[in-house]
Amino acid sequence: MSETLHAVSVEVNGKPRSAQVPARLSLVDWLREDLFLTGTHIGCEHGICGACSVMLDGEPVRACLMYAVQAHGHRVTTVEGLAKPDGSMSVLQDSFCETHGLQCGYCTPGMLIASQGLLNSNPNPTEAQIRDAIGGNLCRCTGYQQIVEAVQLAAEKLKK
Amino acid sequence: MKAAPFEYIRAASVAEACELLRRHGDGAKLLAGGQSLVPMMAMRLVRPAWLIDINEIAALKLVSVEKDAVRTGACTRQCLVERDDALAAKVPLLAQALSWVGHVQTRNRGTIGGSLAHADPCAELPLVAQVLGARMLLRSGSGTRTLEAEKFFSGPMATSARPDECLEEIHWPAWSWRRTGSAFTEISVRHGDFAMVAAAAQVAIDGAGRCVRAAFGLGGAGGTPLAFPKIAARLVGTRLDDAAVKDAAHAAATETEPGSDLHASAEYRRHLAGVLAARALREARERARTR
Amino acid sequence: MTGPFRYIGAKRRAKEHPRFVSGRGRFVADIALPGMKHVALVASPHAAARIVSIDTKAALAAPGVLHVLTGEEFCANTDSLAIGVDAPAVTRFALANGVVRYAGEWVAAVVADSRALAEDAAERVEVEYQPLPHVIDPEKALAPGAPLVHPAHGTNLLYHRKFVWGPVEEAFANAEHRIAFRAAWGRSATVPIETFGVAAQWDAGTGILDIWASIQMPKFPDQAARALRLPGNAVRVHHDVDVGGSYGVKRGIKHTVLVGYLAKKLGVAVRLIEDRLENLRGGDMQGPDRFFDMQLAFEGDGTIRAMKIRAVDDVGAYAGRSPFQLGKPVTAICGPYAIDAIEYEPTSVMTNKTPQEAVRGFGQSPTNFAIERAIDRVARHLGMDRIELRKRNFIRKDQFPYTIASGSTYDSGDYHAVLDKTLAAIDYASLVAARDEARSSGRLAGIGISSCLEPSGGNSAFEVLMNPKNENTTWMDSCLVRIDLSGSITGVINNSSAGQGHESLVSTVLGEILERDPETIRVVRADSLTALPSNSPVGSRMAIMLGGAAAGAAKTIKETLVAIAAHNFECPPGDLEYRDGSVSLKGAPEKRLDWDQLVEIAHRKFHQLPAGLEPGLQAKFVWEVPTGGALPTPEGRIQIYPCYAFEAHIVLVEIDPDTGKPAIRKYICGHDCGVMINPDIVHGMTYGGIAHGIGAALYEKFAYTEDGQLASGTFMDYLIPSAMEVPALAIVDHCTPSPLTTFGQKGSGEAGYLGAPAAIANAINDALDPLGASIDTLPISHLAIWKAIGPRKAAE
Repeated sequence: MSETLHAVSVEVNGKPRSAQVPARLSLVDWLREDLFLTGTHIGCEHGICGACSVMLDGEPVRACLMYAVQAHGHRVTTVEGLAKPDGSMSVLQDSFCETHGLQCGYCTPGMLIASQGLLNSNPNPTEAQIRDAIGGNLCRCTGYQQIVEAVQLAAEKLKK
Repeated sequence: MKAAPFEYIRAASVAEACELLRRHGDGAKLLAGGQSLVPMMAMRLVRPAWLIDINEIAALKLVSVEKDAVRTGACTRQCLVERDDALAAKVPLLAQALSWVGHVQTRNRGTIGGSLAHADPCAELPLVAQVLGARMLLRSGSGTRTLEAEKFFSGPMATSARPDECLEEIHWPAWSWRRTGSAFTEISVRHGDFAMVAAAAQVAIDGAGRCVRAAFGLGGAGGTPLAFPKIAARLVGTRLDDAAVKDAAHAAATETEPGSDLHASAEYRRHLAGVLAARALREARERARTR
Repeated sequence: MTGPFRYIGAKRRAKEHPRFVSGRGRFVADIALPGMKHVALVASPHAAARIVSIDTKAALAAPGVLHVLTGEEFCANTDSLAIGVDAPAVTRFALANGVVRYAGEWVAAVVADSRALAEDAAERVEVEYQPLPHVIDPEKALAPGAPLVHPAHGTNLLYHRKFVWGPVEEAFANAEHRIAFRAAWGRSATVPIETFGVAAQWDAGTGILDIWASIQMPKFPDQAARALRLPGNAVRVHHDVDVGGSYGVKRGIKHTVLVGYLAKKLGVAVRLIEDRLENLRGGDMQGPDRFFDMQLAFEGDGTIRAMKIRAVDDVGAYAGRSPFQLGKPVTAICGPYAIDAIEYEPTSVMTNKTPQEAVRGFGQSPTNFAIERAIDRVARHLGMDRIELRKRNFIRKDQFPYTIASGSTYDSGDYHAVLDKTLAAIDYASLVAARDEARSSGRLAGIGISSCLEPSGGNSAFEVLMNPKNENTTWMDSCLVRIDLSGSITGVINNSSAGQGHESLVSTVLGEILERDPETIRVVRADSLTALPSNSPVGSRMAIMLGGAAAGAAKTIKETLVAIAAHNFECPPGDLEYRDGSVSLKGAPEKRLDWDQLVEIAHRKFHQLPAGLEPGLQAKFVWEVPTGGALPTPEGRIQIYPCYAFEAHIVLVEIDPDTGKPAIRKYICGHDCGVMINPDIVHGMTYGGIAHGIGAALYEKFAYTEDGQLASGTFMDYLIPSAMEVPALAIVDHCTPSPLTTFGQKGSGEAGYLGAPAAIANAINDALDPLGASIDTLPISHLAIWKAIGPRKAAE
């Protein structure tokens, strides 16, 4: 009566990870519960709030809408993987700290993934583009104002 | 909100996917982008015994820009279609519609075919398919068949695809006139929400500004996406002046029988239908005029 | 203490940031205890029903299931949860006790090896219900013959009183003009992105129940212990759990008693993390659902003589502190206006809906909305400018401290200045021009103004006001400061935080007083067994109360350091100067004891310590809220909150006349919360409050069908505004310090939310005004706008 387990090999934050997972285990649950990467959060489990955002092969996606087994052979980056190689904060993470782009911290990993995804493909975003890029990430603390400022600051700093 | 248990298999080819569908019948569902299916499974509204993952089938990811059409594989990611300039030049209505579909993250994973197969009557891609007369290539163990959009969408969240068929490819016809313009617009409560009503339009005009072809349609105004070829035909020969456009839009809206829900009444939807159809036609006209 | 300040008011990065941006927050769902089991709930599909039977056999046989608990056992072995008003027959438990009173109410709890397995098993619990008549509409619930939500209580009326403060009838009889209308605030709540979660573990060896929860609740450890029939010192609540947003609602006492009971009974660690469906429907965290029948009496020159407010609020099927949300607004019942005759008639009623919980502002925002709609309607009635009317009625700067009719004294303010500053900052004339230009292009456009108070400090005297049997007048907070042997400073606080930046607050205050770099100061949280008294971060109180407590403790430390130096220099303390942690003789700075030396003496050199001083270097400060401690008069007059921050919102809204779709084009908030300890933090909460307000005004509603089903039970229908709906927001600051607090700070956790819905509603109404239409019900949906426009547009 137990569930079939499937072998998965996924590169997570640059490291190869292998596991045996039940099919219905979501990617976000696998990352959090089995890999102890609890930086990615769950807010709704139906694909609206964006708290679960991770990079899949470099593009932001909702980890609650994927099963872990589907990540087999792919690259996943979580908030824990955004730091610089020496472990220090990325320019974006530092910018969030500078502009007070977070309060409770719950939506923050998702916001970082979404905005890093934007900056990766558009190093010079307008305010409208920033809002669109984080439009699928809900926040109840900040009103988004200081988050937008953080992304703008990061873009400016990265230009130098 | 954890899904009920299911068996999972990653199909390596369309043929394998079809064979699995045949074998498991009603108990199987295809998993593409998952942006619509996975939430329903999380809420246990849908509980397939088998989930057949078609995301790793390379053949389903094709994008081919041809002389008279664009072909997209069913598993082509929405974001790739959105960013493809050559495709946008050939069938601009697709890229225009895609900017209204969900959010960046859902388009990074969601597929063209997935949205069509899900057949939400207020969804953007089904409306574009209906308006352009896209053709769906369906494969099963016994071969392939092609269904025009009109025949493909059979009702709310329902298509005429048989349980053993896998949507393989979509053929999006392009218009030959240089002075072709298209537009997509919708009203939703928040950006990226399900549309209350959506409208898509494409017109072609001749050198003198007279309409030589027109097509438009409405989403969210009935059980399937709706196109209005007869009303659109009456626009041919006109200059697509505001009055003619308004009449056409109003005529189309009058034909609709939209539903009511928490966010919009039937009456409101019917009103929006007329307003948005007219806007889409006018915007399409303006784009055509600039070519 | 007045400025100039070194650290207070300066831009400073929050201490909390680094762990959150690196994904190292520690939320309750991140806490894994060995052998931990997981809970899923079985919920009632009916709005009202008798539970005929519950068959758990199939569920118990499901894979990985440890236990299935029903109300029969649970309610017999725990105590009912506390209710604030005097209604002892209105009992409440986490699991239904023979009867379900709302769709979504929890009927059974399944404990299994994983959440997925618990959900699988929950589906196998067979419950037989006998549906009963239900009532959804509060006015129907008050009518004779209505189905009773709690038959033992005899009525659906939970609380009613009519307060009359000042010569109300006389004012109505003599005033030149009168208006009357109804304003309605839709059922919405703050809905944090993190749902409520709680983990508990019973240690049979020590007899302690450990609890970790995503909690923001006064008296939480006490109430948990009482309901579990445990002594207070058998429950240890860990406050060092990061809370993913709360803004009032995370009062998961029912979840906690349930999980605590299971943990103790089963002898394993147990965790419940609400999924979003459970949270919206069964978490009991919905918010005020209130209509106001407003009447105003005023003169032709705009002077408002009196106001009558009848407020009817639907708390849902059960109540904790929720009815008090009708009482808190008494503290600012006339808003910023000198309206000295007020009749206030709060009515709390029960229906078969998901219960309401404390929401940001605790009832002040709905009240501000009703008052500000009234002000605009008065202006319209007189054909008077809305700004002019407000200014005419504002309490003037020279009138502070100002005691309002209901007995609270406003500490300080300069409402005219803040409004003028805000008007200037947004360039009001060009805003009007923009509006008029939009109108002449055929769009609908409106400017909305609101001027509202944010009472702060959290003196919850409304508890006593609304329940004479409750004589609770202690509203306190505390801080312990320790300097350790190495000279490091640690502040110990006694609550959990949900993004308000308390670690930053306390380290800044300690740094200011002790003149030491806040970056070197650590702030930790005591658990409930080691904590000093705290009443939690509610009612915009922590800048005042925790800031004041930290300051008090730091001052004691500073005095101790000076006393040590005085003793060692054999001079009076007055001859000494404290600077940056060193103490030296005035005029002879070389005669000095540095921080490290003073610490050394305090900790190690008892022979150099003055007599009477305890060894070590630590101080606690526990204090009562300023102006607190009194009981109400028979007329119900009472000082509630001590401090009054003020906000003026100005917003430009456009409406597409063909679709009814609103768009906020410009938004500014003028804000005066006295001295800001950390401006970024204050601004952040204000921006967030405005976004909450936008949601309440335009998007969010817990909508119920006729048969009592929650129609907006997922995020597909309960619509939270994103960065696309919330526009760029501007804030302009003003400062009228409070005379009551350490640095002149007023509280500010509820800012933005208290004035935004009023301003947006006023803007929409200004836009609809040329059509002769108005909307006084929130949220203002696209459909409602279209309906308001519709007939008139068709007539054109």
